[in-house]
Amino acid sequence: MRYISNTPAQQKEMLGVIGATSIEDLLVRIPAKARLSRPLNLPSAMAEMDLVRHLRGIAAQNASAEDFACFLGAGSYDHSVPSPINHLISRGEFFTAYTPYQPEASQGTLRSIFEYQTMIAELTGMDVANASLYDGGSSLAEGVLMAHAVTGRDGIVLSRGVNPLYRQVVETYVEGPSLRITSAPLADGITDGDALKKAVTEKTAAVVVQYPNFFGCLEDVKGAAEVAHAAGALLIVVADPVNLGLLEPPGALGADLVVGEGQGLGVPMSFGGPNLGVFAAKQELVRRMPGRLVGATVDLDGRRGFVLTLQTREQHIRREKATSNICTNVALCALMATIYVSIMGKRGIRKVGELSVAKAHYAATAFSKVPGVRLRFGSPFFKEFTLQLPKAPDRVVKRLAKERILAGLPLKPFDRQYKDCLLVAVTEKRTRDEIDAYAAALAVAVA
Amino acid sequence: MPTAARAAYDKLIFELSSAGRYAHSLPECDVPEADPAAHVPAAHLRRSPAELPEVSEVDVIRHYSRLSQMNYGVDTNFYPLGSCTMKYNPRINEDMARLPGFLRLHPLTPEAQSQGALQLMFELARDLAEISGMDEVSLQPAAGAQGEFAGVLMIRAWHLSRGERRSKVLIPDSAHGTNPASTALAGFSVVQLRSDDNGEVDPADLERHLDESVAAFMITQPNTLGLFESRIHQITEMCHAKGVQVYMDGANFNAILGITRPGDLGFDVCHFNLHKTFTTPHGGGGPGAGPVGIKSHLAPFLPTPVVVRKDAGGYALDGNRPQSIGKLQAFWGNFGMLVRAYAYIRTMGPDGLRSVSDNAVLNANYILKRLEGDYDRATQGPCMHECVLSARRQKKLGVSAMDIAKRLLDLGFYAPTTYFPLIIEEALMIEPTETESKETLDQFCDAMIQIAREAESDPHIAHAAPVTTPVRRLDQTLAARQPRLRWTPS
Repeated sequence: MRYISNTPAQQKEMLGVIGATSIEDLLVRIPAKARLSRPLNLPSAMAEMDLVRHLRGIAAQNASAEDFACFLGAGSYDHSVPSPINHLISRGEFFTAYTPYQPEASQGTLRSIFEYQTMIAELTGMDVANASLYDGGSSLAEGVLMAHAVTGRDGIVLSRGVNPLYRQVVETYVEGPSLRITSAPLADGITDGDALKKAVTEKTAAVVVQYPNFFGCLEDVKGAAEVAHAAGALLIVVADPVNLGLLEPPGALGADLVVGEGQGLGVPMSFGGPNLGVFAAKQELVRRMPGRLVGATVDLDGRRGFVLTLQTREQHIRREKATSNICTNVALCALMATIYVSIMGKRGIRKVGELSVAKAHYAATAFSKVPGVRLRFGSPFFKEFTLQLPKAPDRVVKRLAKERILAGLPLKPFDRQYKDCLLVAVTEKRTRDEIDAYAAALAVAVA
Repeated sequence: MPTAARAAYDKLIFELSSAGRYAHSLPECDVPEADPAAHVPAAHLRRSPAELPEVSEVDVIRHYSRLSQMNYGVDTNFYPLGSCTMKYNPRINEDMARLPGFLRLHPLTPEAQSQGALQLMFELARDLAEISGMDEVSLQPAAGAQGEFAGVLMIRAWHLSRGERRSKVLIPDSAHGTNPASTALAGFSVVQLRSDDNGEVDPADLERHLDESVAAFMITQPNTLGLFESRIHQITEMCHAKGVQVYMDGANFNAILGITRPGDLGFDVCHFNLHKTFTTPHGGGGPGAGPVGIKSHLAPFLPTPVVVRKDAGGYALDGNRPQSIGKLQAFWGNFGMLVRAYAYIRTMGPDGLRSVSDNAVLNANYILKRLEGDYDRATQGPCMHECVLSARRQKKLGVSAMDIAKRLLDLGFYAPTTYFPLIIEEALMIEPTETESKETLDQFCDAMIQIAREAESDPHIAHAAPVTTPVRRLDQTLAARQPRLRWTPS
């Protein structure tokens, strides 16, 4: 049997050593009525070549960014993934290793996480970053729970500019401690400052804004920080680190926690997972952080080495009193991001932002020249923008799919007031030709 | 004593940086206005660049190749890590997850253009339901702990739907740490139950704790001592009689494929760790995937969306579930891991999966037999897929479970799980998995026996270990007292 090493002769020999006549003898503690009396009802085993044929057939039914021009965003982006990433993460020493609990045999993983923590801290402008959480949504949820633990308060003020998919995850996570979520409405695509002030009270644990927000617009993070801090609340900023090569880091604008989705840093879209949950904080909050942290130390000979540290926050030590239940995280995705940032470097990551911004603005101008199409909001945006269409967005999407264009995300399922809106993302990978083809197809579709 | 063969490499990528060097390859801007200041107000633009490495592509390749060589992986060393199921990670699974139709698929691609992905998810959920005897499976949880959280939230929602506010969850003292942590996260208080001498649930003790304030009983089957809870039907019946739901931590599923099914044992909920039983790699700590299976009475509460087959044919993401516990992550689950698990189940088929558990059990019992003369057994009789030994005999000679673990690193093996389960003194928890051969197990057992002899003759050898690794034992106290969590220029 494939993937099973012992031969029948060895199995017999081993049973002999054990003093059993068959494997059944080893299963004596399982009562007869607990036993499954038939084989599992599953398709029979496939040879490798048949499996490949089968899965290629299934994969071929999907419209991937390999064959379609992808203008979809909303938390997952078709950014470029440099070739060395896949080669390096495919080294068995990385991807077949366990969590680095035995540090002497895990220095490779520990060093790369230490580098990752440094890169995320640099990009976000924060003091410390953890070794990763699952994704942007669950990172925000963990941030909200942490703000509740730090402040002892139960109120969360969530801007309507936060990705609604993340909001749904937060709603799940706050069920246990019964936190109350209130919404801060938008004015022209960004959080309404006056409404935010009214929503924040002495019971507010955290104010949450996204930068750039779900609709692509650039929030006044500094203003939100002032409102939050005046009430003694924390400011949580949801940010995509790949944008922060060009954008002012939230740490410089007053954020206490920066959370978000790091998939843009060299992690494939893979239908939405695995992703990369980013979590960074101010120094004074480090002992309340969720997830693993790697720290530098020395070995018996005084050599530099790295270990998992401050583990008394974690579930395997503190059990029900842990700061989070997380155990497995997304270490290999964090490694992808580390290699990505190394390759892009100081200048490349800024250039990714510059190209995305330039192309997004070119696209926004081109698309809004189509009769009946306009930008929904006047506020400045980054690499994503919201179009208002004269025809039903889902029909426009269907029409453009025929031209091998993934046109964007219709917003009707999230909020009926945006039922005529389409969210469009443009990364550095989109070409002028693709954008022009989109504009031409859009003109036909809405005519 | 082995001689030190430590790699001399001690760099961080930042320390290779040289101003002006780069590895990226980005195109020239092909649209008219390239200057971001023309598009974005200056207040939003970064004033000083992030201090990131400036290195060449060959620097990157060589640095991370060297870092990888500082790791033990399943590919390089036997990894007998109990409760973690460190089995071989098939390469074809990696290839399949990288098919462009999967790897480069955006999660919000319209349904009509993502039918392949939805079909794969639907079939995998159906297969896991068959393997576990549960009625439905959600693939959304990103890891075992999130599967637990989802399961406990569904139990909470079910009680509330019946007008009952139950506040406690019972968990044995032998449980994984995530069990109480996930339970507390879902808003319950945790009541710890004592295990009997075999690490099994004591039905009399359970009976005393079962009342109308208890929402659920959460146990690991087989338990963390590697034993099948033989009174499981009695336990689930006792719980159900008091309206208590029974949750199975599926971390040890590798022991029972095709032999017994949690659904048939009376469990209401169980999660899977695809990165254990179903060969998706551990990746140095993740990503994993933690699908959760449930009985039909809990189906209204499943996380949204649920992958369904439409009457008219084809597949859809169904988000219209008013009683759902909601979403756990932004999208649909760790899809890349789901492709790998799917490929594995199709590769093995029903007979192959059954053979996995048979051989996992055989290998664990073989190790137990070979080591029981030199180490104390934690339990009596045959074990399932893992065995727990105690190093209390060696401890009396001054050699602890940790010393043994470190010495194993020098002898070319990763360490077993140590000091867990918490109820066993100086625990060494060994899980060989079915993918290892008798030859490997013999080498490992020989090493373990050698260490036991050394403990008698020269405990210093284990105290000094490891000496062949890139670093020797590390100062954990210093790391925690003066946390240095990021690189800074010296």
